[in-house]
Amino acid sequence: MRYGWFLLLLLPLALSPFPFYLTLLNFFALSGLVALSLYVLTGLGGMTSFAQAAFMGVAAYATALLAKGTGLSPWAGLLLGLLLTLAFALVLGLLTVRLKGHFLPLSTIAWQVALYILAGNLVGLTGGHTGLTDLPALVLLGLPLDTPFRYAFLSLFLLALLVLALYNLRESRLGRALLALRGDALTAASFGVDPAALRLKAFLLAGGIAGLAGFLYAHFLRFVNPTPFSLEASIKYLVMAVAGGVGTIPGVLLGAALFTGLEDWLKDLLPLLLGRQGNYETVAYGLVLAGILLLAPKGVYPFLARFSPKGEGRLSKAEPLPLPTPSGTPGEVVLEAQGLKKAFGGLLAVNGVSFALRRGEILALIGPNGAGKSTTFHLVTGAIPPDGGRVFLFGREITGLPPHRIHPLGLGRTFQHPHIFPEMTVLENAALATYARTRAGFLRVLFGLHREEEARALATAYQALKRVGLEDLALEAASRLTAGQQRLLEIARLLASGAEILLLDEPGAGLRAGEKRELAHLLKALAREGYTVLLVDHDMDLVMGLADRVVVMNYGEKIAEGTPKEVQRNPLVRAAYLGEVEAA
Amino acid sequence: MDATILGLLFLDALQNGVVYGLLALAMVLVFAVTRVILVPIGELMMFAPLSLVWLQGGKLPGTLWLALALGVAWALLTRGRGALLPLLGGAGLFLLFLLALKAPPVAYLAALLLVVYLGVATYRVFFQPMRAASPEGEHRGATVLAYLIMAVGLHVAYQGLGLVFFGPEQFRPAPLVEGEALVGLSWQGVLVLLFALAAAGGLYLFFRLSLYGKALLAAAESRLGARLCGIRPEEAGMVAFAIASLMAALSGLLLAPLINAAYFMGFMLGLKGFVAAILGGLLSYPVAFLGALLVGLFESFTSFYASAYKEALVFLLLVPALLVQSLRARAVEE
Repeated sequence: MRYGWFLLLLLPLALSPFPFYLTLLNFFALSGLVALSLYVLTGLGGMTSFAQAAFMGVAAYATALLAKGTGLSPWAGLLLGLLLTLAFALVLGLLTVRLKGHFLPLSTIAWQVALYILAGNLVGLTGGHTGLTDLPALVLLGLPLDTPFRYAFLSLFLLALLVLALYNLRESRLGRALLALRGDALTAASFGVDPAALRLKAFLLAGGIAGLAGFLYAHFLRFVNPTPFSLEASIKYLVMAVAGGVGTIPGVLLGAALFTGLEDWLKDLLPLLLGRQGNYETVAYGLVLAGILLLAPKGVYPFLARFSPKGEGRLSKAEPLPLPTPSGTPGEVVLEAQGLKKAFGGLLAVNGVSFALRRGEILALIGPNGAGKSTTFHLVTGAIPPDGGRVFLFGREITGLPPHRIHPLGLGRTFQHPHIFPEMTVLENAALATYARTRAGFLRVLFGLHREEEARALATAYQALKRVGLEDLALEAASRLTAGQQRLLEIARLLASGAEILLLDEPGAGLRAGEKRELAHLLKALAREGYTVLLVDHDMDLVMGLADRVVVMNYGEKIAEGTPKEVQRNPLVRAAYLGEVEAA
Repeated sequence: MDATILGLLFLDALQNGVVYGLLALAMVLVFAVTRVILVPIGELMMFAPLSLVWLQGGKLPGTLWLALALGVAWALLTRGRGALLPLLGGAGLFLLFLLALKAPPVAYLAALLLVVYLGVATYRVFFQPMRAASPEGEHRGATVLAYLIMAVGLHVAYQGLGLVFFGPEQFRPAPLVEGEALVGLSWQGVLVLLFALAAAGGLYLFFRLSLYGKALLAAAESRLGARLCGIRPEEAGMVAFAIASLMAALSGLLLAPLINAAYFMGFMLGLKGFVAAILGGLLSYPVAFLGALLVGLFESFTSFYASAYKEALVFLLLVPALLVQSLRARAVEE
């Protein structure tokens, strides 16, 4: 029960006789907030930030300066602090989210160091290393929050609220999309997720959460100086999140609790043990982080979670999302490639390939290994931009569009090696595909206003699973599926996405004979219902029995096109491909 | 500003720039081969002159025990005959240190080899097991992220250990060569420049001409493919770390007489190396090196105008660098 997190609010009452523990409790809540911001970034989004403390610092100094300078209510400081943090996060994010994964965290290190130096050196503004003192206490409904006891209610309440909001995020189209993005951005993009935009939003959310924590920090201590906003502090929060288990909300909070408790103890104990002064606790943080990454990369929590009762997943009874009704006449051209070209260095992988896909047919693209089939596939789906030639989808030019722009137009694809996400359930994997057909944005999701849409998305996914016969496994972890079931899941995902044109990259690879027959049966049934299928495969039995028409490629060029019978008789094809097969 | 000051700023920029350049090259090299971003390179760099100072003072530095401890872990992780390398290396290192206490010129070699040994052991103990645990091809982004977190953790740990081993003071080892070549440029500075050029040129030739250098880069592209061609990826990673540590240690030893050495100083130097490496997209050696010279120049001039903020202002250079990369990048990486 996630509302159980509000029971944290009882802790200040229990600890009220112990002022020291009340202070620790506040620090736990603040650390928990920052660690949860890393859950969004690292646990869901597969990014990380070494500047969360700097974001805290921006908000803390903003509210401190506003309060000292103008005497306005600290709540105005919250607004200013959040705006400033978001602005900084926006600049940093815009610069890095389009780049490969390591640029963002690397830049955050630089950013963190730079801000820390500025906080220490802009003495006129920030008071340098002595900092700013005598900040006003927060006043809530006329009650000044000037003791750790009172403050704990606010900080823990906000922590519990954030936990709820992040559970909402995890169980939403955005949570699934972030998880997918972490595993494999291309797959996510193939279902309409704009990787750069989503990463940016997650980064902003994380920055905002850290800003909130910084604001609370400033008004809790009523004093700011640069030390708590250093790179070491940022790393401390990362250690908390990673040690507890950055992939789960309870894990992150467990880490925050453990380290808040340990920190004071370490600071006192280590110098006693080792006998000299020094930053032993930072050494300990570094080594703990290293040890966790080596020995338990998922953190401590998974070991505990084994003993906790397994959460019962529910199946949605809601009405599935409306399927776009296939319009247009059978036989009309829906997807057309004209003179596609792609070279990798000196290798001409695809050279002037043209073909047309007609509504309701099953077209197979075949050819020997290295013929350029998969590259053609990538060119058509936008995974890589062509060097020359054009692609039309429903008569509209899509040449050079990225996959997340092409998918919503009605084209879905599978991958040569099934790209499923093992940390999600089978149902969630299928539900990922409804991303382009659902709308809820970050605000709606965080406040839990997306539930109705979410239920319909899950119902849609369940229906698709039923269609391929995987409904009994809906709530299992996707990692438990066999190779054949993974193929079926990929097809279910396409059906849930509402795409009318299905591009299947070697759907038969790794399947047993019986599974192949079932697959062929399913694809034929889908074609009869108005779906259009383009598939790439090596398996002649499957292709020749299934396809209405075949396009044959060799050395990057199209060498034949026609019905399976015609193609089999074609001497060029026999020489290039079937001949080799017969000989073998 | 007159011509003399301008000249001094340029010399200063050049001297710092080539050091950032060396660090940037080392980082690009390690990244290319192992996908590890070597954040603790600054600590490795400082360990060399600090250990040297300790040896010259007749004491065994704490870094030796750190290296030997990691060496034992390395040996434990390596079954069979492979364990001989860390064990013999560690024993040799220990003997060399004992010898260096008696024969001061050996101290340079001892400090150098210490850092190389430490660098390789760091890879073997902390990074290689992560690499072995990650599935080939899948979730590579996740692995790179975990490497980075590991690297930052090691930076914190090594920096903290540096404080424990060497205390907060700054040390200035005696320069190898005394005197000034011209006003503002000591002979030691000339030595730094010459070494930087030789190292950069040597790396270029190594990767362009030698089969082994090409094999290293191949191992970076595909573990499996490299293995099929008879290249052991673990070995490639160790060699990359060895070269990077050697470059860091040499730069540290050469630079320390000019700028002092202290446990905390390596990080900022390394970070500026990063800025340079990022200017080159973490890919291009020449651009990274030129970028480093630019960083040096920028830093020299900002320190003239706003010395208190020069360390912060350097990172402004990241903005145009990232912007250019962003505009060139495609949104979706496979």
